[in-house]
Amino acid sequence: MDFDFKIGIIALPGAALANKTGSFANEVPVFKQKTCTGCNLCIYYCPEGVVYGDKKTKIYNFDADYCKGCGICAEECPVDDIEMVLVEK
Amino acid sequence: MLTKEDTHKELFTMGHTGCSGCAQSMAVKLILEVLGKNTIATTATGCLEVFSTRYPESSWRIPWIHSLFENSAAVASGIEAALKITGRKNGTTVLAQGGDGGTADIGLQALSGMFERGHDVLYVCYDNGAYMNTGYQRSGLTPFDAYTTTSPSGKQSFGNSRPKKYMPQIAMAHRIPYTAVASAGYPVDLQKKIKKAASITGPKYVQIDVPCTPGWKYEPRYSVKIARLAVQTGLYPLFEAEYDKIISVKKISKKVPVEEYLKLQGRFKHLFKDEAGRMEIEKIQKIADENIVKFGLL
Amino acid sequence: MKKVLEGSMAISESVRIAEPRVISAYPITPQTHIVEHLSQMVADGNLKAEFVMVESEHTAASVCLGASACGVRSYTSTASQGLLYMSEVIYNIAGMRLPVVITIANRAVSAPINIWNDMQDSMALRDAGAIQLYAENNQEAYDMHIQAYKIAENKDVMLPVMVCVDGFVLTHTFEVVETIDEVERVREYLPPLNMEYKLDVDNPYSFGTLGEPSVYMESRFNLANAVNNSKKVIVSAAQEYKDMFGKFHGALIDTYKTDDAETIIVAMGSILGTIKDVVDELRESGKKIGVLKVRSFRPFPEEEIVAALEDAGNVIVIEKAISLGKGGILSQEIRDVLYKHRINSINVNGYVLGLGGRDITPKNIIDLIEKAKTDENMDGEFFGLNSFIEQGNISNIGD
Ligand SMILES: Cc1ncc(C[n+]2csc(CCOP(=O)(O)OP(=O)(O)O)c2C)c(N)n1
Ligand code: SF4
Ligand code: SF4
Ligand SMILES: [Mg+2]
Repeated sequence: MDFDFKIGIIALPGAALANKTGSFANEVPVFKQKTCTGCNLCIYYCPEGVVYGDKKTKIYNFDADYCKGCGICAEECPVDDIEMVLVEK
Repeated sequence: MLTKEDTHKELFTMGHTGCSGCAQSMAVKLILEVLGKNTIATTATGCLEVFSTRYPESSWRIPWIHSLFENSAAVASGIEAALKITGRKNGTTVLAQGGDGGTADIGLQALSGMFERGHDVLYVCYDNGAYMNTGYQRSGLTPFDAYTTTSPSGKQSFGNSRPKKYMPQIAMAHRIPYTAVASAGYPVDLQKKIKKAASITGPKYVQIDVPCTPGWKYEPRYSVKIARLAVQTGLYPLFEAEYDKIISVKKISKKVPVEEYLKLQGRFKHLFKDEAGRMEIEKIQKIADENIVKFGLL
Repeated sequence: MKKVLEGSMAISESVRIAEPRVISAYPITPQTHIVEHLSQMVADGNLKAEFVMVESEHTAASVCLGASACGVRSYTSTASQGLLYMSEVIYNIAGMRLPVVITIANRAVSAPINIWNDMQDSMALRDAGAIQLYAENNQEAYDMHIQAYKIAENKDVMLPVMVCVDGFVLTHTFEVVETIDEVERVREYLPPLNMEYKLDVDNPYSFGTLGEPSVYMESRFNLANAVNNSKKVIVSAAQEYKDMFGKFHGALIDTYKTDDAETIIVAMGSILGTIKDVVDELRESGKKIGVLKVRSFRPFPEEEIVAALEDAGNVIVIEKAISLGKGGILSQEIRDVLYKHRINSINVNGYVLGLGGRDITPKNIIDLIEKAKTDENMDGEFFGLNSFIEQGNISNIGD
């Protein structure tokens, strides 16, 4: 009897989504939506790829299930429109 | 417009176990955005391989294989040879990836072979300047005077006593059609270079400066800032080359003193203790100044 | 068609007709002729394959790994230092369950550097998860490569196969070999490789993932099962081959005059020819002696070996490799399976001969059989040492 792996322990595409890395985060961003110019840099720089939003409406948000709270989005926002706040645990 | 659902469909998905603020994961995401789904990738042993494919999980939505530590370019050569025989579906790109150790140290021979044989492979080296996956040991691409666990600073030592190896120039010496140096601090430039590389047939080499938060010892939010400072000081010149000729350099608007770069990182902390350290910083400034002249950065 | 072929040419002919599509290799004596012939075949358009002439054995195996992961039939060949150098990759190929066929032109291992034949190189890789088959002569080497792909690519196996042929003794010797001339018939025996999982942009799986402690053992368990279960596939591959092409050299093992034998000599590879000649001679003078050929060393044919040996009083194991600090390798395993089957009536004597190309003559074997009569439980005893070196005549030359 064999264990039920795809031969050679092959993993399915994108299966990592099962791992909710949001639990890593001590801080999370708040998108203040005051001075945002829609530059999209927060989307570019987020190492996890969890920032989403729209250039036109200038409304951005992040996926708390996966955000690791690195703070790069806040640090890099050229108009200081993102702020990191402590996660209540 | 990018929706939450869209982000879940990225070719390099979230859910990996890379450190918070890891610039390597950022670079991978940017690269796959450009290369698209018709890409087959190899990855050498190292942080990226470990944090992206903990079975049964995988962050990859493209066909992907972990080679071993030193043979990413060799396995990619085999993939490319297979595609030559079976035919490339939709002009599939073969992407070989490795860390600075897997590329410039233990993997140099396999990489040189891949270049010299002329395989149509895009090789990307994620340069975080040390063996991060095994706990921050020195590599041939560790910068001068950086502390690592095997080039520690101490009474008799300022850290890594050797200058960083000129890996891109080694690639160029193979007269491959395209070599580029990019940085996580300049994503638009990075994506442009990847796009160009993908459009060229033959071996390509792209080396990317990817700061590492625990290895370089800084707060995660500074990953991009530090990468940018490396460029602005002249310590990490960004350029493109065709064959053995440099064809473009990323100019810096004004020279930033290396101190600005060094002081943000714990791996250079020992240089800020005393006069002797001060003199070491001057040596590092000299490396930057020489780069500025050599590459015409200003 | 019957032809007089150098062993290396017979092997390349066999590889050619098995139609690998990616070949990658690095030269090392005594494997060189094989890859030279193959590159010529590609250059002449007689073999449609990508020949990737690489900068090292490590890369040769890695190229095969990459190509095989794309579902493409792949081939490499090496020996000695080259095999040790690619060993890491062979473990990886086996772990990823890729059906690469590798010819080993068996050669001694440094130091001292020595280009001649023994089996220390492939023995060092016996635990890698690759199947290991050993050929007795050039005809068998020819037939074995075609069978090797059939075994490797079987859905229940999916493992690399190492076809081991004695360097020089076989690779550089001309013998009559009957080749198969219709590629169609080989294709019928060995259909095109069709892998369930491969690197494919339409089905983007991740290969060679990180196996944490929670899954690593289970994946190795599957691998162990695959190697063990390949026994029946090796048998059926030999049987089907016989039915289609009329050639049979044994499956997991082969026996020669063992039925009533009181003494049985166990060996692998080309030395079997000499041993069989000696046995024929001794049989004429009424000695009850026979030969057991181990054709598959991995998987190790436990039941078959026990069945072949159980009625003998004496077993003599002749081997060209040693586990330093323990003794014979094949003899250890023979003793182990006999013990396991509660057979303790057999006197097993294991001898190490022919290291680094030392000739093994019929007289050596006759002497050894004589010696074994009074020996008990020899375990990798060196036989055939040069007494004049022992006396120090050589080491004193020079200042
Ligand atoms: C042959 C071999 N030697 C050593 C190792 C241990 N090892 C694994 S990853 C690694 C360091 C990787 O460093 P690098 O290539 O720079 O990638 P990083 O983890 O820094 O991204 C080492 C030394 C190994 N896996 N294989
Ligand atoms: S804090 Fe880091 S992980 Fe979270 S959204 Fe911002 S950049 Fe992304
Ligand atoms: S150790 Fe460095 S390179 Fe590795 S995952 Fe963490 S930040 Fe990234
Ligand atoms: Mg590194």
